[in-house]
Amino acid sequence: MPHRSSVPLAWRRFEARYRLVGNRCANCGTVYFPPKAICPKCRRKGKLEKCQLKGEGKVYSYTIIHAAPSGFEKRVPYCIAIIELDEGPRVMGEVVGDLALLDIGARVRAVFRKIYEDGEDGIIHYGLKWELV
Amino acid sequence: MAKKVCVVGVGLTKFGEHWDRGFRELAIEAGVKAIEDAGISGKDIDAMYIGNMSGGRFIGQEHIASLIAGELGLNIPSTRVEAACASGGLAVRQAYLAVLSGKHDIVLVGGVEKMTDLSTADVTTTLAGAADQEWEGYYGATFPGLYALMARRHMYEYGTTREQLALVAVKNHENATKNPIAQYPFRITVEDVINSTPVAEPLNLLDCSPITDGAAAVIVCSEEVAKKLTDKLVYIAGSGHATDTLALHDRESLTEIKATRLAAKMAYEEAGIRPRDVDVAEVHDCFTIAEIMAIEDLGFVEKGKGGKFVEDGETKLDGSIPVNTSGGLKACGHPVGATGVKQISEIVLQLRGEAGERQVKDARIGLAHNVGGSGATAVVHILERGW
Amino acid sequence: MKLDGKVGIVGYGCYVPMYRIKVEEIASVWGEDASRIKNGLLVEEKAIAGDDEDTATIAVEAARNAIKRASIAPEQIGAIYVGSESHPYVVKPTATIVGEALGVGNDYTAADLEFACKAGTAGIQMCLGLVKAGMIDYGLAIGADTAQGAPGDALEYTAASGGAAFVIGRKDVLAKVLATASFSSDTPDFWRRPFQHYPRHAARFTGAPAYFRHVGGAVNFLLEEMGMKANEFDHVVFHMPNGKFPLRMAKMLGIEKDKLENGFVVSKVGNTYSGSSLLGLCATLDKAKPGELILLASFGSGAGSDAFAIEVTELIEEKRELAPTFEYYLNRKVYVSYARYAKMRGKLKE
Repeated sequence: MPHRSSVPLAWRRFEARYRLVGNRCANCGTVYFPPKAICPKCRRKGKLEKCQLKGEGKVYSYTIIHAAPSGFEKRVPYCIAIIELDEGPRVMGEVVGDLALLDIGARVRAVFRKIYEDGEDGIIHYGLKWELV
Repeated sequence: MAKKVCVVGVGLTKFGEHWDRGFRELAIEAGVKAIEDAGISGKDIDAMYIGNMSGGRFIGQEHIASLIAGELGLNIPSTRVEAACASGGLAVRQAYLAVLSGKHDIVLVGGVEKMTDLSTADVTTTLAGAADQEWEGYYGATFPGLYALMARRHMYEYGTTREQLALVAVKNHENATKNPIAQYPFRITVEDVINSTPVAEPLNLLDCSPITDGAAAVIVCSEEVAKKLTDKLVYIAGSGHATDTLALHDRESLTEIKATRLAAKMAYEEAGIRPRDVDVAEVHDCFTIAEIMAIEDLGFVEKGKGGKFVEDGETKLDGSIPVNTSGGLKACGHPVGATGVKQISEIVLQLRGEAGERQVKDARIGLAHNVGGSGATAVVHILERGW
Repeated sequence: MKLDGKVGIVGYGCYVPMYRIKVEEIASVWGEDASRIKNGLLVEEKAIAGDDEDTATIAVEAARNAIKRASIAPEQIGAIYVGSESHPYVVKPTATIVGEALGVGNDYTAADLEFACKAGTAGIQMCLGLVKAGMIDYGLAIGADTAQGAPGDALEYTAASGGAAFVIGRKDVLAKVLATASFSSDTPDFWRRPFQHYPRHAARFTGAPAYFRHVGGAVNFLLEEMGMKANEFDHVVFHMPNGKFPLRMAKMLGIEKDKLENGFVVSKVGNTYSGSSLLGLCATLDKAKPGELILLASFGSGAGSDAFAIEVTELIEEKRELAPTFEYYLNRKVYVSYARYAKMRGKLKE
């Protein structure tokens, strides 16, 4: 799929994807990750500021993927989960580590990993996954 | 304002794998059938709305609304409507609004998708385009995966069981045996579902709607025009449409589709009815869990009790509220852009008493519920018999 | 190359992937006698990276630990050098991936280094020079690898994944680098040409003319510079391509075997190439006491060795608590079969 080969599409998200920089609305105090372009609660009254998240949270729900989309075929089976971060926001990601510990409520921390490769000659996409602790 | 817009014609292709037929053949077949069913002529049509999710990805073809108009030899306004799997339902709503506004009298609504020209992995990736690509698709989340996350949470919060999920598929396959256009007109058992290949745990292959080619069309017109064409008037009594965040993780709850609840409220209020008044419903069962959440969010049963409701047989053909008499997305098939239009067609057939073996006795009010993505779009229509 | 006694390590951190494969498992595939191999190499199991890990991800995890111990803001780092022979790209730096992931900003110099297994220590020397010259306040040097060994090759029993990172500076130094010396020559004992997946080696030629001549040579240069004897050091870490070589090197230099104990990571982790001696240094710093002296000597085929004289300061006690130790990573493990190992390391080809 062509969008998977786009370098700028990936590059402009490095800050959030590599090191969990979200944002926080100075008006209502809500923390957002992934970062928002506008505070959906305050809209034009809101004031979004960058906000570094700690990278710790717990599993809110999870699934083991057996039928993967293009680019992920060789990773099956892998665990996709919604993680509830300690600061509040929920985020989608892969859970790695000792999957014997996997359960709703299990604690996880962010780790830096390869997400997928754009074929053998394209760029390597990195980002955060969630390791069970 | 209600009861001014009617559906006078329906047309459907067989749903399935049409190796020998392309996008345009399917679209034309459904459209011609709807025109014939309505008893009108092509030149009577004022405008068209075409529901299509991803011609661009599935067959590399954009600009499909004009493509279809051109193939039909018409130069009328023709508009593509896209809201992922809710494209068809939303196209119906656009036609409804156009007729309601008085701008057009007769509108053809088409829904079409040609999916089998791509590999399964590429179809999976294309469908994942309905999710948040930057924050869900990027990490390898798939559509079954997103619904699996909802299923896991529904099981955790409400004790919904693996067997209850399976029973949705069993029922829809049973209904499909009575539908001549269905992709999978055969029976399956709870064991078949539970033992089928895992796709995204806890969902297995038989929890998932298939990859399907197909098209559906309906003719939407003003009451005035409809009265000249038929005695059996079927009204669009209410139409609701709501949206939510594309990303599942941004939603307040994983166990309800808020957009469904809001769209249903809008449609019920417009039609002036309550959920219990509905006699037959086509709901968006892209995955078994989706039907359980849908019957809850549409108000047929209290939140969290959908699984038990299915287990008790309430949604079967002879139950208190028959759901997915067509076989649903699960067994009739799910050509994504066509699904919402097919749902309207099925309800029209039920209200007219033309649903054959799967006819719900004395169905007067029907509901069609179409969802886009993991719930970022929901469209609900209420149709009512006018005689 | 004597330093001023002020520059040194202000933060260190290691990372070892969680997957392990035992020598028995590999030996069973090739019909080899596992106990003979274990006795020969002094290696019991090795660490392997998951299929979503590579030198960049290992480098980032190790660097995050080093920065935690340094207790500095990432933006204070003025140089990043990543030494590896398994950089994810042939052209495009690993060091900038690390810089972006850490949030170093843009005001830093960066380069990837390659010198077989000693590229990480070369990065440390470069950072020492820049800091001593006053050109930067802090430099980050990393040695990391997802080492390759061809299926069935003797290297397969040892070639492992892991890495270590060091923040070099002159403020709040936890271990002073007193001096460093190198011994380099053109000795092709191990190499990998472009477009080749696996390295080749000159078998026994890797011993006397390569490893022992270079490590011994660098240590002797360092001792001359310092006017010291090898036995005056409290801890010794040599590059560990297997367990035998460093022990024999110690014996040749008259160093007691137990001085290698804390940094002897090879038996449970394998040879992490650019990470090998540096993981040993991390493991040693995890245990060392203030005032103790550490002798470190890397080895890179081709060939060269960088030797360092390091003196642990009072700060070690509080700093080591700030990030996970080598032992934490050692105990965090999941054993995998050869089949899964082959899948994870991309040894399965269509």
